[in-house]
Amino acid sequence: MTQERLLQVKNLSRRYGAQWAVQNISFEINRGEVLGFLGPNGAGKSTTMQMVSANLAPTTGSIVINGIDLFEQPRAAKALLGYLPEQPPLYRELTVDEYLNFVVRLNGIKKGAQSRAIAHVKERCGLGDVSGRLIANLSKGYQQRVGIAQAIIHSPEIVILDEPTVGLDPIQIRAIRELIRELGGDHSVILSTHILPEVQATCDRVQIINRGELVVSDTIEGLMNRMHGSTLKVALRNPPSVDELKSLSAEIDEIESLGEGHFRIHFRPEQSPAELLVEQAVAKGWGLYELTPAARSLEDIFVDITTSEHEPLELATEQEA
Amino acid sequence: MIRTIAMRELRSLFLSPLAWAILAVVELILGFLFLGQLDLFITYQAQIAVLESPPGATEIIVVPLFSSATVVLLLVIPLLTMRLISDERRQKTLPLLLSAPVSMTEIVLGKYLGILAFLGVLLAVILLMPFSLYLLGPLDSGLLFSAIIGLALMIASFAAAGLFLSSLTNQPTVAAVMTFGLLLLLWIIDMVGNAGGGGSELLKYLSLQQHYQSLLRGLFDSSDILYYLLFITTFILLTIRQLDAERIRG
Repeated sequence: MTQERLLQVKNLSRRYGAQWAVQNISFEINRGEVLGFLGPNGAGKSTTMQMVSANLAPTTGSIVINGIDLFEQPRAAKALLGYLPEQPPLYRELTVDEYLNFVVRLNGIKKGAQSRAIAHVKERCGLGDVSGRLIANLSKGYQQRVGIAQAIIHSPEIVILDEPTVGLDPIQIRAIRELIRELGGDHSVILSTHILPEVQATCDRVQIINRGELVVSDTIEGLMNRMHGSTLKVALRNPPSVDELKSLSAEIDEIESLGEGHFRIHFRPEQSPAELLVEQAVAKGWGLYELTPAARSLEDIFVDITTSEHEPLELATEQEA
Repeated sequence: MIRTIAMRELRSLFLSPLAWAILAVVELILGFLFLGQLDLFITYQAQIAVLESPPGATEIIVVPLFSSATVVLLLVIPLLTMRLISDERRQKTLPLLLSAPVSMTEIVLGKYLGILAFLGVLLAVILLMPFSLYLLGPLDSGLLFSAIIGLALMIASFAAAGLFLSSLTNQPTVAAVMTFGLLLLLWIIDMVGNAGGGGSELLKYLSLQQHYQSLLRGLFDSSDILYYLLFITTFILLTIRQLDAERIRG
């Protein structure tokens, strides 16, 4: 993978009235990367996507696509973009072929290359069987595929997908995820979603946005590391008091008693008290019979990060809406 | 690029039953009026012929027909233009155009030319009626030409106003009602002007009808043409501005 910067977003902010929907967001994407854009509903994901896709003008900040500034040379920059909004922009009265024909021209593809581009994208999105049908009569999954076809028909450098799997059945979701992974081969993809397994399944890098601000930007591996080892599950036959356990080490943050000698011990990352615990358990005859490092799920991390300021999530969502 | 957008607009119009229904209804009503005027002309032809400078078929048949045509079109064009932009917004298809490598001006002009192409078809169908009179004898071609220009400009102005009002809302019916209201107002504004009183000259100038009437009399005055062109340009620019402002305001 070459480390070529395809998209540079700098200090992007957007205000609706007095409310900042997005505040001072900066990020970059390299060629061939799939970037997951995570956040609770109303955190500013769609607003960011709309700004990067030129549907919304930012209040401040700059967006540079492959060296071309989106606001100084909008036409050249937009030619490098493919965008699938939350609701696929489909003309329902057209057939799939008519629609793709329109899109291919709209994107300024030369006459000679048009039919090739259409054939290619139909094959890629599995639209061959429905090409003569009205878009209005297609199932949601197929409509979504037409939406993706629309976004990649001109082989853009950057494909922006805003919640592409909402409302699909599990088989369709899997197919679309596969397609996204495939796209990551030669395009760069920004995938906005609030579905966590989707990110785990498709993305190279993850950014979490909360209340308009970027709170985490990390690789999937980095996030996985955060997930591992900051909790231990312990079972003791003759348990001491929670306070006694807690006094074992300064690195222990919190101990939950789960009853019948089961405890969950939370500690600071990389500071496992497991060894100490085993030594003490043997010395004091606590009867240790179970010790499991519990992995935290992406969901735990997500909830941690997005609710870290001890405000209920509902409140945050309301504010941003 | 403008052409691509215009062709899409035209195709979608012809795919909707509304457009066909409107073509049929307009043709039916105007055909009825046309036959009525033709009947009138045939009945009184002998009496008229003895006058010193008798009014011809063009004055008696074509001019009243065109006069009525604008009233019918005033009712009908808002129904055609109402969906231009409001429907894109309602169906959430606007992002497709906005993130494509085209400018706002191209989008708006494409939409406008698309609806104009459809209205061109409508005009052509209407014009078949006066042209059919050529089979029976000569017409006053100068007057006919001036009247056609007037009707075409009138239609184009209606469409431009409709385009703008369609960009203000995401509900087609609201756009239609507003367009109809605005056009009717501009139509009858000269009543006040004719009644005299302050600013009557200005009101008369603003009226869509005043300029049309002189073209229907065969007076080809460039200031009338200019009025329509200004009218159209103003509304197109307002539409572009409106859509641009929306991108900034969100």
